[in-house]
Amino acid sequence: MSGTEGATALLKNVEVESSVGRVPPARKTGLSLFLSRLVKQRTLVFMSVPFILWLFLFKYVPLWGWTIAFQNFKPAKSFGEQQWVGWKQFEFMFADDRFLQVMRNTLAMSLINFVLGFATAITLAILLNELRAVAFKRFVQTISYLPHFISWVVAATIIQTALSTDGGIVNEVLLALGLIQEPVLWLGVGKYFWGIMGVSEVWKNVGWNTIIYLAALTTIDPSQYEAAEIDGAGRFQRIWHITLPGIRPVIVILMIINLGQILETGFEPQYLLGNGPNLDYSENLEIFILKYGMNLGNYSLSVAAGIFKTIVSIVLLFGANHLAKRMGQDRLF
Amino acid sequence: MAKTNQPNYKIKLSVGDRAFDIANYTFMILLMIVTVYPFVNMLAVSLNDGMDSVKGGIHIWPRVLTWDNYEYVFKQATILHATFISISRTVLGTLISTFCSAMVAYTISRPDFVLRKFVTLAFVLTMYFNGGLIPNFLLMRELDLLGSFWVYIVPGIVGVFNIIVIRSFIEQLPDGILESARIDGAGEFTTFMRVVLPLTMPVLATTSLFTAVYHWNSWFDVFLYNSSHIELSTLQYELMKMLQNSNATGTSGSMDGMGGTASFVTPTSVRATMTIVASLPIIMVYPFLQRYFVKGMTLGGVKG
Repeated sequence: MSGTEGATALLKNVEVESSVGRVPPARKTGLSLFLSRLVKQRTLVFMSVPFILWLFLFKYVPLWGWTIAFQNFKPAKSFGEQQWVGWKQFEFMFADDRFLQVMRNTLAMSLINFVLGFATAITLAILLNELRAVAFKRFVQTISYLPHFISWVVAATIIQTALSTDGGIVNEVLLALGLIQEPVLWLGVGKYFWGIMGVSEVWKNVGWNTIIYLAALTTIDPSQYEAAEIDGAGRFQRIWHITLPGIRPVIVILMIINLGQILETGFEPQYLLGNGPNLDYSENLEIFILKYGMNLGNYSLSVAAGIFKTIVSIVLLFGANHLAKRMGQDRLF
Repeated sequence: MAKTNQPNYKIKLSVGDRAFDIANYTFMILLMIVTVYPFVNMLAVSLNDGMDSVKGGIHIWPRVLTWDNYEYVFKQATILHATFISISRTVLGTLISTFCSAMVAYTISRPDFVLRKFVTLAFVLTMYFNGGLIPNFLLMRELDLLGSFWVYIVPGIVGVFNIIVIRSFIEQLPDGILESARIDGAGEFTTFMRVVLPLTMPVLATTSLFTAVYHWNSWFDVFLYNSSHIELSTLQYELMKMLQNSNATGTSGSMDGMGGTASFVTPTSVRATMTIVASLPIIMVYPFLQRYFVKGMTLGGVKG
């Protein structure tokens, strides 16, 4: 940090002095100083510049593809031959009932994941914190991380098996408890899909999501608990008045970050568990982009939807960052 | 994740406290059952005779114990080859990405490096946008990466998030160590290889674990770029195809036997076997490495 600032200060100095003409011409000017330092640091340059080229090719060049959204893109034609259509693809997209349905699904699943995700992770973290047997607590934690590491393909296979009508455990348990009279085809009914996604997401990630709260809980001063106990506070009162306020800053920050990702419902579970009967509820923005692009070959509309998603996400992210700053938290990035 | 500041209850427990504890422990045991049962169930089905499984009722223990399903799965040339591709991309992808990310991280941790700000900004900016599906696809096609193993490796040569995590670790190293290497006449690359790499091993363990899990679990790039190249398929993608097939039929399996071996295997039992094969490496490894994972999580997370 200080090194570069020193260098910049030096550069400014050189410029100022040369403009006044007090410096002999032999002294290096800004550009040649930069070049000579570049040569001197050539090893560092060789160690990083190839990756900058890689970065340019794989991350910045695809942005050029955004032009496709303003064309009536035909893969066989060259760039010069493409027909330019302005905002027509966007107009078509926003007027498309399918797109509106996809947006509804995306936002609904986001919201469900948001509420369920936070509620379960915070509750589990607090309950884990209340366990007194340290070894047992560690064991529960280790087990609870497991589903986070397995792929969505495996998780989707598990979910589909558990929900199946021929011997799926969910139907078996519900039948045994008398909650349903006959097996339910869970994945075949559209209106169940959002709920299934919410529960699946919790099953997969709740344990993992407690980590950050448990880390925050270690910063609470134990003497607070002792003082509360002496004052006669019960278990729930201690949780309500000490534990929860102790992790509030973390909760607030994570919520803000997640608000910035409201269009990122994920893609894999919806795609893997989506099928004909639940399509009207399972198709989200990412699947829309994939279907229009790869299945229907309508590259232009697919790219337009992708641009829409990226732009909204960036706006939300900066908005969230601004919000975090205003609330006196550290910036998120 | 050291100790939690668990309140030290020395005062005699009240009835309410005890009831809370009992409820809490019961809840935790239920949670563990819900988490583990699906895997145990898959394992039981994978070890049970295929035709017998069709009768249902397999829960945590196989009824007719057999290795036939595993034998069948590993006699399939496709699956055997997919396992090889999965392992290759995991090992190669992780090694390359970890080494390259560490190298970039080192250069931008040097305070006097002229391009430091430029390189950092160029990388960090890419965290906020993405060309998107079609532009990326067209790029891979232009680069002739479709139908190639390298399409799994090259787009992930460096990870921006990993670079940032590794850089902050390098910046926390005591200054004297790097200085003394330089005084001894070591160049930047030698310093990186001989001094920085060994010292950053703890953080590299973390980032490489996340990268390895990513590679092992990915199927979307196979689907997108190599779906017509069976010789480049991975385990996860093969399992995904089985899942899609049973989605199409609407049940978790059918009665049709698959011949080939002396006894019959069914789609259900093959799928269960594939599920175990695809998740076993992770199940076996993660409990021992979880402290690295957790470290990565808290490193990358927000400090409250």
